[in-house]
Amino acid sequence: MLSYIARRILYMGIMIILVSFVAFLIIELPPGDYLTVKLQQLQARGDLSAQQRIADYRARYKLDQPVLVRYWNWITHFVQGDFGESFEFERPVKEIIGQRALMSAVLALASIAIVWCLAIPIGVYSATHQYSLGDQIVTTLSFLGLGMPGFLLALLVLFFAMMVLKVEVGGLFSREFTDAPWSWGKVVDLLKHLWIPALISSVTGTASLVRIMRGNLLETLGQPFVEAARARGLKGSKVTWKHAVRVAINPLVVILTTEALPSIVAGDALVATVLNLPTVGPLFVRALVSQDMYLAGTVLVFIVLMTMVGSLIGDLALAALDPRIRLE
Amino acid sequence: MEESQVVESESVATGKQQQLSQAYWSLVWWKFKKNKLAIVGAIIIILFYTVCGVFAEFFSPYRLDYQSDYLEARPQPLVFKNPAGNFSLRPAVYGLDQELDLVQRTRTWVVNKERIYPLSLFVKGQPYKLLGLIPMDIHFFGVNTRKYPDGTVFIFGTDRLGRDLFSRILYGGRLSLLLGLIGQFCTLILGMVLGAISGYYGGMTDIIVQRLTEFVGAFPDIPLFMALAAAIPVDWSPILVYFMLTLILVFIRWGGLARQVRSLILSLREREYVLAAQSAGASDKRIIFRHLLPGTMSHVIVIATLMIPGMILSETALSWLGLGLRPPLTSWGVLLQEVSAVRIIRFAPWMLFPVPFIILAVLGFNMLGDGLRDALDPYGGR
Repeated sequence: MLSYIARRILYMGIMIILVSFVAFLIIELPPGDYLTVKLQQLQARGDLSAQQRIADYRARYKLDQPVLVRYWNWITHFVQGDFGESFEFERPVKEIIGQRALMSAVLALASIAIVWCLAIPIGVYSATHQYSLGDQIVTTLSFLGLGMPGFLLALLVLFFAMMVLKVEVGGLFSREFTDAPWSWGKVVDLLKHLWIPALISSVTGTASLVRIMRGNLLETLGQPFVEAARARGLKGSKVTWKHAVRVAINPLVVILTTEALPSIVAGDALVATVLNLPTVGPLFVRALVSQDMYLAGTVLVFIVLMTMVGSLIGDLALAALDPRIRLE
Repeated sequence: MEESQVVESESVATGKQQQLSQAYWSLVWWKFKKNKLAIVGAIIIILFYTVCGVFAEFFSPYRLDYQSDYLEARPQPLVFKNPAGNFSLRPAVYGLDQELDLVQRTRTWVVNKERIYPLSLFVKGQPYKLLGLIPMDIHFFGVNTRKYPDGTVFIFGTDRLGRDLFSRILYGGRLSLLLGLIGQFCTLILGMVLGAISGYYGGMTDIIVQRLTEFVGAFPDIPLFMALAAAIPVDWSPILVYFMLTLILVFIRWGGLARQVRSLILSLREREYVLAAQSAGASDKRIIFRHLLPGTMSHVIVIATLMIPGMILSETALSWLGLGLRPPLTSWGVLLQEVSAVRIIRFAPWMLFPVPFIILAVLGFNMLGDGLRDALDPYGGR
């Protein structure tokens, strides 16, 4: 067990190095770099110190050196907790992401909570009532949900809110609370705004989880031990919830950890972009478009890191829950 | 299957085999037919590919590049009235009048209920080339311009440049749907070949391919698209960008398919008939392509069908972010670029019309794929 974990972590380390290097290359790939554009902008604005400041940046991040040197410079600082500086915002990446990470995490957790609270009961219902009218409705709805990408749904919600309800949707805070320090009122305001984006980003997840839960439970319900439980005269609901669901739900742990952890970092970037949320997602999209490389690279590495940590935790949790599974 | 146990001669054997495979496909068809949802999905997909993919020029009332004088005109509502204002079964559209909006200080179009233009089928309109070859000027529907010279038909409104949105959605569907098909085809080839090689040879080859799929899979989907798509030089020609984007989508998506094909091949290669082929001296290439891959086909078709919507949605999302296709190419994602500002949703909400089309196409593929999954495995009852 321990050696398995050790091997996985070693493997993770290698993957992270590879992924971060490729990520670095990809972000560098587009011709030109952000600083050249920035220099022109600053000079156009008549900023006299621009030349000097850009030169400082270049020297500090060794931008005139070959790729390998630059990568090494970046990754060694990265490990020490210095993620570099965002050229666009002229502030450390850590600071910019830190501000938004909390909101991303809150949003991600809220939408995960919605997904699980909705999907498990619905999935169980649809499996225990297979081919009934309710099951047909659930199946059709879950198809709709699977086909409904979050950002299109967000656009439609935006349209609906504006044209029919005549309210402003978007953002996570009302205007008066945006820059206010944390207070009870601000938390309430956040909750008022949070449910719409959380609901939107949970649609696809709910739909797919319902499908998976239904499939798993149907498989479990056909197994002899369920029949044995029924034969012993247990109540139907007890057989379902205490015997079958407990087995059928185990594999979902892997989905929980592999999808939840990375979504805490960047979440649904597209939905957040449409709704103009102060989370990491839109920042990441913007950084990618404008080649703000240290910002984009940092987020990318964190997403990959979280994906891998998530799948490791998922595998371990599954092994702990289901003694039939052996890790090797 | 059980009726004739004894095989007398070779001709009987081949006859029986033919009958068997016929039985398989008729079983598939029989099971597929029973699934209403799948039939609806299939019809939707076929309609989309004929209307948008093949005959967009014919079904759209205007040409893609036609810019009318009606800038950001709202959709002309369909009514069942004749020009005199009485009820008729033949649909008609109201005319549009320009009006100065004093509050917003802009010119807007308002519906004039006095002017009514009946629609006709197969009207003469702007010339085009059907399938890129046959010159024609008959459009599926429109207003007869000889009778009503100032008649227009913008059933979904127009965009900033006065281009008919309905026509643009049809043309846009062509690129989006085609990208899904071409991309999925390439993914299929790449995934099947690599999966088969990895599963058949095993050993070092397997390890390398496996690590490669894991590596590609380790990247989160959308961010990787964005990063790669951002790397496409801005000065490339649109067609090149289109194919590049397709390649990027393929590059990211082949892994899942390869893994599934590999696990299928792993079980298939242990069968006796493979051993028989090997001892008969068949080459590895022949065994993989003649004996193993056909066995995975039904599975692969299902996965492929279910993967196409993801392809289309990725294109839409990327183009919408401004990282994918760019004008002058017209795809559903490019059409949605217009909607990125809140102002548009408020003042020209009809620009959201591509959204239901995208959702319908995705839904169609999902329903079709799910039906195929059940149908292609007719012996395993659920």
